[in-house]
Amino acid sequence: MILDTDIATATRPRPNSLSDLFWSMTKLALQGFGGVLAVVQRVLVEEKRWLTNEEFVEDWAVAQILPGPNVVNLALMIGDRYFGVRGALAALAGMLVFPLLIVLAVAALFATVADLPVAKGALKGMGAVSAGLIAAVGLKLVGALKTNVMTVGVCVALAAMTFVAIAILRIPLAWVLLVLGSAAMAWAYRQLGVLADQADGGTQ
Amino acid sequence: MILNLSAADWFGFFTQFAMLSLLSVGGAITTAPDMHRYLVTEQHWLTESQFTSCISLAQAAPGPNVLFVALMGWNVGLNAGGGLHAGWTGLAMALFGVLVPMLGIMIPSTTLTFVAARWGHQNRELRIVRAFKQGMAPIVIALLIATGWLLISANNNATKDWPLWLLGLVCMLLVWKTKIHLLWLLGVGALLGALGLV
Repeated sequence: MILDTDIATATRPRPNSLSDLFWSMTKLALQGFGGVLAVVQRVLVEEKRWLTNEEFVEDWAVAQILPGPNVVNLALMIGDRYFGVRGALAALAGMLVFPLLIVLAVAALFATVADLPVAKGALKGMGAVSAGLIAAVGLKLVGALKTNVMTVGVCVALAAMTFVAIAILRIPLAWVLLVLGSAAMAWAYRQLGVLADQADGGTQ
Repeated sequence: MILNLSAADWFGFFTQFAMLSLLSVGGAITTAPDMHRYLVTEQHWLTESQFTSCISLAQAAPGPNVLFVALMGWNVGLNAGGGLHAGWTGLAMALFGVLVPMLGIMIPSTTLTFVAARWGHQNRELRIVRAFKQGMAPIVIALLIATGWLLISANNNATKDWPLWLLGLVCMLLVWKTKIHLLWLLGVGALLGALGLV
């Protein structure tokens, strides 16, 4: 059976080799001052077009809920999808090798650079920019909720509760995922069932 | 600081980080308090200032934030091998120190992600898998916005920190609504910060 998604991925931009995957991830990682999260959506969705916003949200949900660095998890998943285990390892290596060499070189040459007032100031400035970039990724992805089976109203309510729980009440992530995540998944499960019933009813 | 670490110590270092790997939902940084307890308070392998500079250096450098773990290993290796002025043995010890906690923090979580994500992708038409992805979508989107909020609200002195908030807000709007290259924004942020303007 050929699924719609297979046809869609066949004609879409994709990494054309292991080395393309490795260097793309390296380039992505090296743009990530103050964390790679701020640039990952821009590069993978808007520049490379390997994923749509909807697919990015879905993959990000998996990368986020599993333990480990989120961007590393995402790179691994994408690599695996195109080239199997070798792709996963190439993407992982791309994400880590050159950034590791750079951070060690910085540590070896300027062990005290992070304590200089100028460096501290620059770090603070980049931190504020990074915070804005990450929040902007969230805002851009809100559009992906339009097609969600839970309907926009329920999505907005869940998003608002999650934001308050994490940002204002500072409840640990694990609890938020457990309580709000299970509730959301149960509701989505129910809605998917309702949709399937309607589709069955329509064909009879 | 000169340490004398046995093979058992290194193995303990590895297993400690391998255990934290499986607990690191939301990124390795969420387990930093426990790493601090282990490395600084209990084992005395790192000084307080070495520990904090690992985190700030990894943030200043490009790349995933998990590399702060590599720097912790690097510093433990330096402390154990006599430092870089001890020559090749000092460097070799530092590089060995990088490998031990990095393999520990990476192997369990990446293996789990690989297996779970592959299963999820192969079964992406299952109702339960679709429910997971559809249900989690609004939550992970809110988590991104909340992460931005938490990062900036570490600066909570309204009279002194308002330029930082303004900078973050302007960047958010620019990235949301335009295609401006992100490195320009990071460069401007670094410059404003270095000049002491934010």
